[in-house]
Amino acid sequence: MDEGTMIEVRGLAKSIGEQEILRGVDLIVAKGETLAIIGRSGGGKSVLLKHLIGLMTPDAGEIWIDGENIIGKTERQLAAIRRKIGILFQSGALFDSMTVEQNIAFPLEEAGERDREKIAEKVREILEVVELEGEQEKMPVNLSGGMKKRVGLARSIVRRPSCVLYDEPTSGLDPVVSDSINRLIRRLQKRFGVTSVVVTHDMKSAFHIADHIAYLHEGRIYFYGTPQELEISDDPLIQDFILGRSEREPAAETA
Amino acid sequence: MFTRLIRAVGGTAVSFSSYVGDVVMLAVETIGAVFTQKIRWRLFLEQIVEIGLHSQIVVMITGAFTGAVFAAQTYFQFSKLGMGSAVGAVVSVSVCRELGPVLTALMVTGRVGASMSAEIGTMKVTEQIDALRALAVHPIDYLIVPRTLAMMVSMPLLVAECVAIGIAAGYFVAIFLLEVNGTYYMANMVRWTQLRDIIMALTKAGFFALLIVFISCHKGLTSREGAVGVGRATTEAVVNASLAVLIFNFFLTMGLNIIFPAG
Repeated sequence: MDEGTMIEVRGLAKSIGEQEILRGVDLIVAKGETLAIIGRSGGGKSVLLKHLIGLMTPDAGEIWIDGENIIGKTERQLAAIRRKIGILFQSGALFDSMTVEQNIAFPLEEAGERDREKIAEKVREILEVVELEGEQEKMPVNLSGGMKKRVGLARSIVRRPSCVLYDEPTSGLDPVVSDSINRLIRRLQKRFGVTSVVVTHDMKSAFHIADHIAYLHEGRIYFYGTPQELEISDDPLIQDFILGRSEREPAAETA
Repeated sequence: MFTRLIRAVGGTAVSFSSYVGDVVMLAVETIGAVFTQKIRWRLFLEQIVEIGLHSQIVVMITGAFTGAVFAAQTYFQFSKLGMGSAVGAVVSVSVCRELGPVLTALMVTGRVGASMSAEIGTMKVTEQIDALRALAVHPIDYLIVPRTLAMMVSMPLLVAECVAIGIAAGYFVAIFLLEVNGTYYMANMVRWTQLRDIIMALTKAGFFALLIVFISCHKGLTSREGAVGVGRATTEAVVNASLAVLIFNFFLTMGLNIIFPAG
């Protein structure tokens, strides 16, 4: 694994119950780049993402994060690696008994920051980044889906991780909010040099933010390339996905 | 037919052993974390409020009416033999040794155990526990350790309170309602109630605290998806912890009776 690689996945396999979810995924993410993982719903994209931060243990394969193999590490050993990585869960996964401010302050307090003023200042700053100024006192239950995701994002980046994983950051959001989240992901990459892995089935979002796109199909990486390469690919499976077709028109009839 | 029966019994035995093993592992990890990891005192205090303070009314009512009814029933039987003044001794010893610890534990299981498994279960199914882990915070350190310590502190106090109120209520019923001679009542009670009875009450309280916290938290942490999953985890936590309290109580009684024989 060379210096410029943030994440490397080799032969990752995972079954849940009877179902084979991942059947040998190989993937490389370079430092500072944004990789979008696309694929059908239920295709194992989120499962793959959760493996990258050690929330799930694979049946086979290796995962290297910043030069360290995370497989076989205990929960406590993983903590050091997890401090380098932030993850935005699909639902936001905010702590529902805490306010927005307490949610975002949580990682700072856990890292040993005791200065109230400093914490409040950092929370204010990060809320500005996610365009939610002045929402400190709200409870998660009173936030809309998009706001929850942005608070979740604020919480995962407040400690300035070098890598952020996004699980469906734009699903279920209106186009305007989706666009603002896409711009945010872009901005984090440009401003802080953050490596990003974005799981999505929103093609517009993938084209907008990604340096590379990986198409996960039947538990394997079916396609890997730049957005341009994806767009001009004449593979019928990929074309269907990009254009959102559920059935192909029979070629013979149109000819 | 016969092989199927053996298979069914074997299967149940295996899953029961692995369940007990899981709970014991959780206990071992938690106790390890108490000594090796940073303790979150603020969360501990919050849990003390939740477990200790919010259980006050429940424990008081349990203690008062148990002591009262026990005094009355004992009097009805003993007065026929002219032993009405022995009621005090019987009530105080049995409330200390059995009724106080067991009934407090059952009430705490229903109130606190249920809320622990529901809260942790909800956190599990809404990915909040994954979020903790992703933020490099061990769920045992953050969720289980504060609850365990708070239970260890609260339970003996709650049991002591239940016992004291039970004895007071028994006194009130015997002296004021059933007109037992107060002087003899107190004399008998003080004579027959010893330090060992109080130690037994508090020892049981400590054991029950651990049983309740580990069984309830384990059910929460292993809760299945959805509202049904959390509901089931909560029910199972209450049932299992209550049964464990009753079963362990017997063995604790037998074991402790060797160390502190009844006078």
